[in-house]
Amino acid sequence: MKESITVNEMLILKKFSYKMRIIKINGTLISKENYDSTIIHDGDDVQMLYLMSGG
Amino acid sequence: MGIAEIKKHLSKFRIGIAGAGGLGSNCAVALARSGIGTLVIADFDIVEELNLNRQYYFYEQVGMMKTDAIRDNIKHVNPGILVITHQKKLDRTNISEIFAGCNIIIEAFDNAGMKEMLIETVQTKMPGIPLIVGSGMAGWGKTNDLICRKIDETLYVCGDETSEVSDNLPPLAPRVGIVANMEANVTIEILMNIK
Repeated sequence: MKESITVNEMLILKKFSYKMRIIKINGTLISKENYDSTIIHDGDDVQMLYLMSGG
Repeated sequence: MGIAEIKKHLSKFRIGIAGAGGLGSNCAVALARSGIGTLVIADFDIVEELNLNRQYYFYEQVGMMKTDAIRDNIKHVNPGILVITHQKKLDRTNISEIFAGCNIIIEAFDNAGMKEMLIETVQTKMPGIPLIVGSGMAGWGKTNDLICRKIDETLYVCGDETSEVSDNLPPLAPRVGIVANMEANVTIEILMNIK
């Protein structure tokens, strides 16, 4: 078992395909252009929020 | 604490509302009734007849700028509120300037891409300012699926995070109104915890 993966690898692994989203790791927002370079480590607090149109 | 004390406390704060549609117009009126001191409201649209199925406007206001119409409506429920309006489309370059000095910002757009843009901008350019987002409120029923989730001290989401608008699942007054009032309720909860 790998101890760290990138954000993009996590999205593929978890089959999170919906595009409108916010990801925060340990309280810091990760912008889309950093999904490949941002590493998630074991124990990190990863939060995801899907954004649905409507209001 | 009695209502007079609550209003006195809430009158000290300034709240930003991004959008004056279904979420923003209803949320603004709830906050005005509660006695929030200053509301900063941004929208670029006009009131259309179709909006009246859920937005806090009246038939005679069709054709008005939403910023002007919401200012009038707030004046009718609480003339003591300072309302600052920006007739502008919000983007990454103007958000931090328009909402400068706000204690909390409320996301009240309808479009998911705009919601995403606002969250990214506020969370990176205005660190520490709580942001309250609405996501997932299309259709009807499923009342108990509508919740408020605190992601961290600066990000809250109200809605079911699932129901997206479509031709067969339009936004309707009850669910949009519930989420708008949930956003107002979280706002008051945060403010009441500030001494």
